[in-house]
Amino acid sequence: MIGKGSDGMDDYVIEMLNITKEFPGIRANDDITLRLRRGEIHALLGENGAGKSTLMSVLFGLYQPENGTIKKDGKIVRIKDPNDANALHIGMVHQHFKLVEIFTVLENIILGVEPNKMGFIQESEARKKVVELSDRYGLKVDPDAVIEDISVGMQQRVEILKMLYRDNEILIFDEPTAVLTPQEIEELMDIMRSFAKEGKSILFITHKLNEIMAVADRCTVLRKGKCVGTVDVKDTNKQELSHMMVGRDVEFVVSKDDAKPGETVLKVEHLTVPSKLHKNNAVKDVSFQVRAGEIVCLAGIEGNGQTEFVYALTGLEKPSSGSVTLKNERILQLAPRTSSSKSRVKQINATVRLRSKLGMSHIPEDRQKYGLVLDYTLEENLVLQRYWQPEFQKDGFIKKTEVRKYAEKLIDQYDIRSGQGPVTTVRSMSGGNQQKAIVAREIDKEPELLVAVQPTRGLDVGAIEYIHKQLVAARDNGKAVLLVSLELDEVMNVSDRILVMYEGEIVGEFDPKTTTVQELGLFMAGAKRQTEESEAYGA
Amino acid sequence: MKFKRIFYSNGFISLLASIVSICFGLLLGFILLFCFNAPFALSGFKALITAGFRSSDKFAKVLYQAAPLVMTGLSVAFAFKTGLFNIGATGQYTVGAAFALIGAIEFQLPWYVCLVLAMIGGAIWGVFPGLFKALFNVHEVITSIMFNWIGLFAVNLTIVNLSQMLAKHWGFAQMDRTAPLSTANPSAILPKLGLDTLLQSNYMNIGIFIAIIIAIIMYIVLNKTVFGYELKACGYNRNASEYAGISAKRNIILSMVISGALAGVGGGLYYLAGTGQYSLAKTLVAMGFNGIPVALLASSDPIGTVFSALFISYIQVGGDAMQPEFVREIIDIIISEIIYLSAFSLLMRNILGKWIRPKEAFADDDTPVAAIEAPPGNLESIESEVSDQ
Repeated sequence: MIGKGSDGMDDYVIEMLNITKEFPGIRANDDITLRLRRGEIHALLGENGAGKSTLMSVLFGLYQPENGTIKKDGKIVRIKDPNDANALHIGMVHQHFKLVEIFTVLENIILGVEPNKMGFIQESEARKKVVELSDRYGLKVDPDAVIEDISVGMQQRVEILKMLYRDNEILIFDEPTAVLTPQEIEELMDIMRSFAKEGKSILFITHKLNEIMAVADRCTVLRKGKCVGTVDVKDTNKQELSHMMVGRDVEFVVSKDDAKPGETVLKVEHLTVPSKLHKNNAVKDVSFQVRAGEIVCLAGIEGNGQTEFVYALTGLEKPSSGSVTLKNERILQLAPRTSSSKSRVKQINATVRLRSKLGMSHIPEDRQKYGLVLDYTLEENLVLQRYWQPEFQKDGFIKKTEVRKYAEKLIDQYDIRSGQGPVTTVRSMSGGNQQKAIVAREIDKEPELLVAVQPTRGLDVGAIEYIHKQLVAARDNGKAVLLVSLELDEVMNVSDRILVMYEGEIVGEFDPKTTTVQELGLFMAGAKRQTEESEAYGA
Repeated sequence: MKFKRIFYSNGFISLLASIVSICFGLLLGFILLFCFNAPFALSGFKALITAGFRSSDKFAKVLYQAAPLVMTGLSVAFAFKTGLFNIGATGQYTVGAAFALIGAIEFQLPWYVCLVLAMIGGAIWGVFPGLFKALFNVHEVITSIMFNWIGLFAVNLTIVNLSQMLAKHWGFAQMDRTAPLSTANPSAILPKLGLDTLLQSNYMNIGIFIAIIIAIIMYIVLNKTVFGYELKACGYNRNASEYAGISAKRNIILSMVISGALAGVGGGLYYLAGTGQYSLAKTLVAMGFNGIPVALLASSDPIGTVFSALFISYIQVGGDAMQPEFVREIIDIIISEIIYLSAFSLLMRNILGKWIRPKEAFADDDTPVAAIEAPPGNLESIESEVSDQ
C-alpha cells in the first residue's frame, strides 16, 4: 500500500499529500506534497513567509488543512492537535522555545508525561531516563538547572531531550540554528546526524544554505506557498537552491564601491558599561569613531559586550562612564565613579527620544522585545519612531490618513508582506516580515547614524541580500552605519572596517579586504589581540 | 458582502459574545432561583429582568446607579488598556467621594467644584501605586489593595474630625453618616435639569450624562491621540515603548493618575446626587470592585463600558425588586453569578470567533507564536483587500 518510487528505496515514514491551508485572503500552503523517508534528514527551504512553518504546524496538529491528507507509515492519519502528533511519535522543536522558565530542566522534560504513582511524581525514574538519553546523544544538560539561568543552546538541548523522552521518531526542527553560536551549530549538526543514523527521521526548516549542504539528504523548496520541488542535496548546489527559493539568482556577495568616508558622525570615548550578570564591566573603556559614508562592523562572539554596548549607545541603559558624541552633539558624558572626580564636569545622558531626533536609528537585536509592539497594527508600528512628528500628528491627534499613506508607501517600497496590509496585527506576521518592517522604519527615518544589530538574523537569502543592499545604499547616501553582527560572512561582506570585540574590549581593527575569516576568528576567540599602535588605523 | 463584513468584524463578535455570556448568566440565575424558592422562581426572574423598565422611577434608578459604575468601569478599563490592573478603584472612589463631600459640606462649594475635587482626590489616590510601580517596580495590585484600606480609614478619620461633616451637626439623629446635602448645601447637588419631574424620580440627575461624556472623551484619547498611542504602546510592550523614546515611567504614573481620577469622579457623582449619605463603615465600597466586571464585560472598550455599566446597574435594580420572596443574600448571589458569567465574554469571543470564522487562525496570545506564519500571498490580493475597506 505504500507508493513505491522508481528507485525502490522509498520507505516513507510521513507523507503529506496535496496539503492546502488557507488564511483570510491568502493561501499559505497551496497543494504541497512532502514525503519524508525513514532515517533521512530532509530540509525544508523557503523564504520568510513561504509557508514552511504553516506546513509543519499542520503536521504537528496546530492547524487543520482545508485539503490534503497525511499518511504515517502509509496509513492515513488525522492529527487534530499536538497530542495526536505526539501519539504518532512526531516531535517538534519550535523556533521560540516552549519551556517553563522557572522550572528545572528535568521538570520541563517530563512536563505533561510525568511518571507518577497515585499522583506523586516518580522523579528518580525520570531522572534516570533523562541522564541516559543525554549521555547517549551527547546532549549535555544539568537536570537540576533552572531554565532561565541556562544558555539558549542549552535550552535547545532541553527541547530536543523533550522529544527523545517522548520516544519521538519524527523530529521537526523549526529554524534551530537561528539562535545558536557557530560552535553550537556544529554540535547540533552532529547530533542530527547521529539521530538519522539511528533511523529517526528529521524535518529541518531553515533558510541557511550552508547548513543544508552540510547535513541534509534531500531538500524540498517552497515559494509563496507552493512547492517548487524536492532535490537530492548531493546533486545540487547553493546557487540552484537559492534560485529555486526566490525564483531568481541571488548575489551572495553584495556589490559595492569603495567607501568614501566623510566627517566623523559618531565618536565613542572610554565607554564603560556595567554588566547585569556579573560584577565586572560588560564593556570596558571602548573608544572608536564612525564616519559618514562608511559601514563599521562590530564583530564578536555573542556575549562579549556587544548587546550592552548598543544599549548604552542608544540610551536604553545607563553606562557607568565615558562619552559619546553624535554629529558634534554630546549625547553622553559620564565621569567615572571615583572620589577624586567629583569635578564640575557636566553629566549628560540624552534620552532615547533626543538621540532619535539627533539622527540615530536603531535596528534592535531582539525584534519582538524592543523593535515592535506586537499587538499594534503594522501601520502603527511603522510610525513608532515618528508618530510625534508634525507630519503625523496635529495638536496631539494622530493623523490617521497620513499614517495609512505612509505605511502603504513603506509596505510597497520594502515589500512587507502581511495578511491585511497596514491593519494587520504585527503578531500574526512572519518573523522575516516583522524584521523588514523594522528595517523599513529605521532606514526611512533618514538617520545620520544607523545602528543595525544583527539585522539579518533569521532571514532568508533573498531578504538578507535586500537588507545588505539597503545598508550599503544608506552608506552611499552619506550615512554612518554601525553594524553589529555575529555572522562572519556578513561581517566580511558588508563592512568597510571591522572592529573585533572580545570580553568587552575592542581587541583589533581590520580592513575586510586584507583580512581573513580565520584571522578574525582568532581575535574573536581571544587568542590574539592588536597592540595600541596598530589600533591607530583609520583614526 | 457588506453584511458579511459586519458579521465577520471583531466588534460584532465581541458584542455577540457579551450578549451570549449574559444569556448564559441569566439562564443559570433562573436555575438557581428555582433551586432556592421554586414557587416564586418565575415571578422573581420576571422581576429581575423587567423591573428596570417597569416604571420610570425604577429606570431613573438604573441610570443613577449606572453613572458611578461607568466611572469605576472606565477607571479599570483605562488601566487595563495601558497594561495595569487597577484594583484600587474602590479606594480612589472613596477618597474622591470624601473630597467632594468635604468640599460640599465643610466648605460649602458648588457642585462643579466638588466634582473637580473628587477628580483630584481620586487622582491623588492613584498616584501612589503608579509611583511605586514606576520607580520601584512594586506591583500595582499590591499597593492599590493596601491603599484601598488606607484610603477608607483615612477618610473615616478625617470626616469624624471635621466639625460640620456629620449629620448630627445639622440636627439629625444619625451618628455614623455625613449630613444630607439637601440640608447642608443644596447647591452642591448635581443639577437635575427637570429630568426628575420627567421620570418622576428623585434619583435622576445629570450624572449619567457626565459619565457618558467622559467615556467618549476617553475613547477619543485612547484611539485618536498621540497620548493614547503612547499609553497603549507602553501597556502592550514596555521595552518597545522605551526603545521608541516613550518614557514608560511617566506613562505608568500618568495612567494610574487618570485611572484614579476617573474612579474619583465616580465617587463624586454618587454622593453629589444628594440621595446618599456617606456612612462610616469598616468595609470597602462595592462600587469600586464592580468596575472590574464592568470593564471586563466591555473588553475594556470605553463606549462598551457605558453599556455594560447600564446592564449591571439594571440587574441590580431588578434584584431589589425580587424582595421579599427572596432574601437579600440570595439576590446578591444571583447578581454576582450573572456578572461572573458575563465576564466570560472573552472566552466566548474566541469560541464564537472560531465558529463564525472557522477558516481563520486566531492570532491571540494563547496561540503558539512559532506556529503563526503570516500567509505570504501576493500583493494584489492584499491591495484589493485594503481598497475593499
